[in-house]
Amino acid sequence: MSNNLRFKTSKFIDETYRVSFKFNNKTYFGFKGDTLASALLANGIHLVGRSFKYHRPRGIMTSGSEEPNAIIQLHDNSSRTEPNVRATEVEIYEGLVASSQNCWPSVNFDIGGINNLLSPVLPAGFYYKTFMWPASFWEKYEYFIRKSAGLGKSPKVADPDIYEHKYIHCDVLVIGAGISGIMAAKMAAKNGFKTLLVDEKSYLGGSSIYDNSEFSKINNQITSSWLEKEINEISKLENLEIKIRTSVAAFHGYNFLLARENLTDHLPINQRENKVRQRLLKIRAKKVITATGSIERPLIFDNNDRPGILLSSAIKKYIDLYGVACGENNILFTNNDTAYETAMSLIQRGIKINAIIDNREQIDSKISYEVEKNNIEIYKGYTVVDTYGYKKINKVSIMKLSKDGQTVIGDKTKLNCDCLGVSGGWTPAVHLFTQSGGKLKFREEDQVFIPSVYPSDQISVGSCNGDFVLEEIIRNTLSSIKKFLDIDNSEYKTVETISGLNQSKRNIWLLPSDKSIGKTKSFVDYQNDATAKDIKLALREGFRSIEHVKRYTTTGMGTDQGKLGNMHALGIISETAGTKMGEHGTTTFRPPYTPLTFGTIVGRNVGEFFDIFRRTPIHDWHVANNAEFENVGQWKRAWYYPKDNENMHQAVQRESKAARDSAGILDASTLGKIDIQGTDASEFLNRVYTNAWSKLAVGKCRYGLMLNEDGMVYDDGVTTRLGENHYIMTTTTGGAANVLGKLEDYLQTEWPELDVYLSSVTDHYATISVCGPNSKKIVSKVIPDLDLSDEKFPHMSFKNAKIDNIKCRVMRISFTGEHSYEINIQANFGKSVWEKCMEAGKDFNITPYGTETMHLLRAEKGFIIVGQDTDATLTPIDLQMDWIVSKKKYDFIGKRSLYRSDTIREDRKQLVGLLTENPEEVLEEGAQIVADIKKSPIEMLGHVTSSYYSPNLRKSIALGVVKGGKNMLGQKLIIPMENKNIIVTVADPVFLDKEGERLNAKL
Amino acid sequence: MFLINCPFCGEREQSEFKAGGEAHIVRPKQPTELSDDEWAEYLFMRKNIKGVQFERWNHVHGCRKWFNMVRDTSNDQIKAVYKMGEKPPVK
Repeated sequence: MSNNLRFKTSKFIDETYRVSFKFNNKTYFGFKGDTLASALLANGIHLVGRSFKYHRPRGIMTSGSEEPNAIIQLHDNSSRTEPNVRATEVEIYEGLVASSQNCWPSVNFDIGGINNLLSPVLPAGFYYKTFMWPASFWEKYEYFIRKSAGLGKSPKVADPDIYEHKYIHCDVLVIGAGISGIMAAKMAAKNGFKTLLVDEKSYLGGSSIYDNSEFSKINNQITSSWLEKEINEISKLENLEIKIRTSVAAFHGYNFLLARENLTDHLPINQRENKVRQRLLKIRAKKVITATGSIERPLIFDNNDRPGILLSSAIKKYIDLYGVACGENNILFTNNDTAYETAMSLIQRGIKINAIIDNREQIDSKISYEVEKNNIEIYKGYTVVDTYGYKKINKVSIMKLSKDGQTVIGDKTKLNCDCLGVSGGWTPAVHLFTQSGGKLKFREEDQVFIPSVYPSDQISVGSCNGDFVLEEIIRNTLSSIKKFLDIDNSEYKTVETISGLNQSKRNIWLLPSDKSIGKTKSFVDYQNDATAKDIKLALREGFRSIEHVKRYTTTGMGTDQGKLGNMHALGIISETAGTKMGEHGTTTFRPPYTPLTFGTIVGRNVGEFFDIFRRTPIHDWHVANNAEFENVGQWKRAWYYPKDNENMHQAVQRESKAARDSAGILDASTLGKIDIQGTDASEFLNRVYTNAWSKLAVGKCRYGLMLNEDGMVYDDGVTTRLGENHYIMTTTTGGAANVLGKLEDYLQTEWPELDVYLSSVTDHYATISVCGPNSKKIVSKVIPDLDLSDEKFPHMSFKNAKIDNIKCRVMRISFTGEHSYEINIQANFGKSVWEKCMEAGKDFNITPYGTETMHLLRAEKGFIIVGQDTDATLTPIDLQMDWIVSKKKYDFIGKRSLYRSDTIREDRKQLVGLLTENPEEVLEEGAQIVADIKKSPIEMLGHVTSSYYSPNLRKSIALGVVKGGKNMLGQKLIIPMENKNIIVTVADPVFLDKEGERLNAKL
Repeated sequence: MFLINCPFCGEREQSEFKAGGEAHIVRPKQPTELSDDEWAEYLFMRKNIKGVQFERWNHVHGCRKWFNMVRDTSNDQIKAVYKMGEKPPVK
């Protein structure tokens, strides 16, 4: 640590607590309280990274979240490694490891630096212009472009840290704990408002907390002393919650804000275990007070990006807060009074100021006179035209500005320095305000955008509202808050301020040079290497909207989102185009204000909580019996049960055969179940299903098809009449929630007069389906008391029964075409009843089958699966299911649409069966169906929706939709595949047992 | 994110609700009497206003009740909420 650069007088630095850290594999020391940036500067290190495009050496430029250059990789090669972290925001801790990014082999010698020499052939839009042709080369270009794109390295393994989300509700949220924020929070909390004060820094007080100047006083005290007392007072207020290290990322409508609270990033790694690293706060505030301050503007001149060039306010902060000098031989370059505050801080510590270059001809403020008294040379009306020094600045050359500020005149003078502080005035931090939908207005006097129209119950105070002088800040904050909260100001009766600064400023967006603009590199966006020249080029090429210029030049598109240079980009555009500021729009500030980690966004929704799934009551049995699972909606369903070394095809063939030859068992618990009760329940079903329900006897079941109002098939399932006014409806697994929602919608909005009540009971029952020629024998063993004779218990009927005293409902319904029973029992008994069925079926080779076999078995019977064979463009007529559409009913959902001119077209896509010439050839689901492959373009007639090899029919079967397919029975069509054309014959979609003999067989 | 004053539950987060399109479109009582054009008018035609719009909303992760909302789509201000069957309180 260079002793010359560290002053042991800062109360924010704990000099007794030395901290060691590694940067680019070298060990350095800092103190507790340092940021990585201040510690590096104290060690004389300015060069920390390389720029994105030209790989130019870049140093620390700011002292906060606006930093464009000093972005580093934190935690090398560990699971915590994080790219693009701002060194100015990292609080150092023992063992910290950081490294430069975007450089190889090292930041000091970077091969990519060749791009800087190539820069004349790398203009704005270079990639767009160059890699457009020939188009077929794109894949080759892409490889190299991707390789050089992006900054930093992302971690390769899972994040070990814990993150969480938290809701906060408050009366007043104050964003920013600078002087305005502290005053606002105190006034709110003392007047009974439940208040939350947040600040992104690790300390309260903003830049005023280290303002020790004689030139800014409040009630005759040094500003920092006055503010410390205020902070001390508010920290005791009960109504006030204060959160530091908390950055508001987004300000949405209705005063809904997102903030990231950093909890452990400042701690050594070994102290972070089991602690939440970052918390995403979801804040709902009745009122919001934005006091986010302002960001100092750089100046735009040739080679304004060298390491050692910093914002003047940053130099002041490094001295006053961290006790670190950024250089030993300083030059300040300014167009306003701010730099003189920095000069006073340097003078107080005895640090050399070589010169002050001021754009202004006339300077008239107390503070500037004081600086002059210290024998510091001030070049009035001058500008810096160039800087020198590759890895660190060592010289500047200056020239006199012409009267209009558009050109430079006279001789060039060179001045030595090792640090250049620049100040172009201040830009209010209106990012959050505009995110919330606020409208800005442009203030001509000092060329700033300030809040104008508030979209919600909020207000901006302090310098983010365009008040830059202490006296104004305090006066306007007090009066605004008083009005905003509708309170008497008893907290701050008299506040008298003294300020040595004057508001005068000479704003020149792009400073002139003695070189032609084509030969200059005046950076507007430091991180993305966008220069003033690039912006002018974009305008010459016809771009006008700021949004287009931004994307073409990449100005403001880095991780810093152009916090420093966006204003200059706007200024240069308006100057060049000769238009008013803001006429070309201002770029939109989008959330997040500073980057968020993925961990913070995701919170606890990781691992098994990333996408939660539902399990049936029988799930554990499936797992224990080697089932493979399929996701159906949110459910995990048993897909097939491979035995020994079976693959999926072999398992499905075995299961399908067993179900038809003897007995199969399926877990159907996932089917949606809706309990429907009420005196109008029958009428309600009449209106929602296409078929008639009034005459369905108690104890009987019926299959129903539900349409959308546009006539397209929406859902299907069997509904059972349990009692006079009581039904239970089943829906598809995936459609359950939507069907309930749709039924509720009609009941509440169209037919409120109907006496009907709906409850979802999907999770309440386990459903076990036993099918096959031996199903009757098995069920009679499980429920011996139940009379299973066809007379007492025919197909499509239901019985109440008991298994070991537990009530259950048994339906004789079938989705396989086999004789089958569905046992519905309270969910927690599901697994034991399943096991009972397995035990009872042992002698009959009862075979558990999964969804794949279920699909195969129903396809043999030509039963549709809504969502697989249908896609919201098929009516029941298209599905050849005319039989289920009641001709007698006056109305049902979708009825009128079934005879719209479009739905009665003969050439609509219709569901048909498809048989291949070669019975072993299984079609691919989704394959296109055509008639004529010679025609160009080939007309697509439809596609295959379901396709299987049927072990029971010993041939390939498929369902598909084909234009006009109904009338094509027996016709040959072609399915063109990559290397062959498969000939298929259009067939009846029912492949097996059309007469239903299996279903009605006497067992 | 809106804060929606459900007429049955009070103020809740928008994430508890689902939007359901334009309000005050009544399903025809006698659809069979309608021409294709008249039926299409009911079935497909919806307004998409920049400004004050009448909408249906459902408190789907709450009381599951449908209700109506008057919302200015240009600035997302909710002017009123009212129950199904009630007349809109603002024009």
